[in-house]
Amino acid sequence: MGYVRKWVQIIFGFLMNGYWGFPFSRSIYQGPMKVICAPGLNCYSCPAATSYCILGSLQNLLANVRLSLEAGQYYLGLYVVGSAGVLGGLFGRMICGWACPFGFVQELLHKIPSPKYRVPRPLRYGKFFFLVVFVILLPLFAIDEFGAGVTWFCKFVCPAGTLEAGLPMLVLQPSLRAGLGLIFWNKFVILLLFLVWSVLSSRPFCRVVCPLGAFYALFSRFRMVRLRLDKGNCITCGACHPVCPMGVKFDQSPDDADCITCMKCMTKACRFDAIYLEVGGIPVRAGRTLARPVAATSRQKTEG
Amino acid sequence: MTYSEDKKVHRVRKGPILALLFSLLLWFVGIALGEPDRVMELARQVCLSCIGLG
Repeated sequence: MGYVRKWVQIIFGFLMNGYWGFPFSRSIYQGPMKVICAPGLNCYSCPAATSYCILGSLQNLLANVRLSLEAGQYYLGLYVVGSAGVLGGLFGRMICGWACPFGFVQELLHKIPSPKYRVPRPLRYGKFFFLVVFVILLPLFAIDEFGAGVTWFCKFVCPAGTLEAGLPMLVLQPSLRAGLGLIFWNKFVILLLFLVWSVLSSRPFCRVVCPLGAFYALFSRFRMVRLRLDKGNCITCGACHPVCPMGVKFDQSPDDADCITCMKCMTKACRFDAIYLEVGGIPVRAGRTLARPVAATSRQKTEG
Repeated sequence: MTYSEDKKVHRVRKGPILALLFSLLLWFVGIALGEPDRVMELARQVCLSCIGLG
């Protein structure tokens, strides 16, 4: 399953960044596919990006909502939120595990041999702070004298934007280097911090900061595709804990907001068929027939 | 509920369907308001301030 997931991640990476004419055009893709949202975190100012970024578009629309209303245009972000909501309702954070290019980059970095550290659990709430404050409230209410706001998360935080758009654009358009300032270097340091942290910890950006992950996490109980726990088979051995790249203890919180449905717990850890995939309430992965007796025996041994 | 019942009794969940229908409603309203054109317009430009260069 890990092999399949890796290929799906690569394919989605290419689908979202499939414009390879940028070295010749020295600019970004401007075709009709830009009306489709990128499911994962993928900057739309990336030269190769073929789709729009949910977070970038939403912040832009909210930042300029007063101006658009004054012009009689009701650009409230409904199309963007609706698109993200459809993805969230179908897959939730499975998108983070299977279709996010920046998540994939972090996973690759984490394969570099080094001491590995856990991400403290309380930090996981940070991503909801960034979603509410940096993506919604600040663009909406921190406005200039003309009534226009700023894309706070993109401008001051987003390391994916620096990696996928900021740095490549500096290479493609050298004239932009003259405008390098504190904001860029601040973002560059944030990028470096997360790249190094990704080597030491698993998916730190996804767990601590990513507002898109926070949005999809809202659907953790209301998504079509999710992993379920068969309590009758689970012996609470904890084998699912160390394999989870997001630090989820699946047997304790099967609807955890951080579960990216990578299925490592199901395919690599659980020997008792206690974890299965469910689509819209219907299990799609049949249990192994020997699982029940093995689980029962193990439980008896544990209790004994 | 026994193991076999747990595996056999399946109910289609309403939560995801409601979430999807609500999201689709937002999506259609957004389309009706002409938002895709604005999104396209934004996505076709390099947002320099967004990437820390402006």
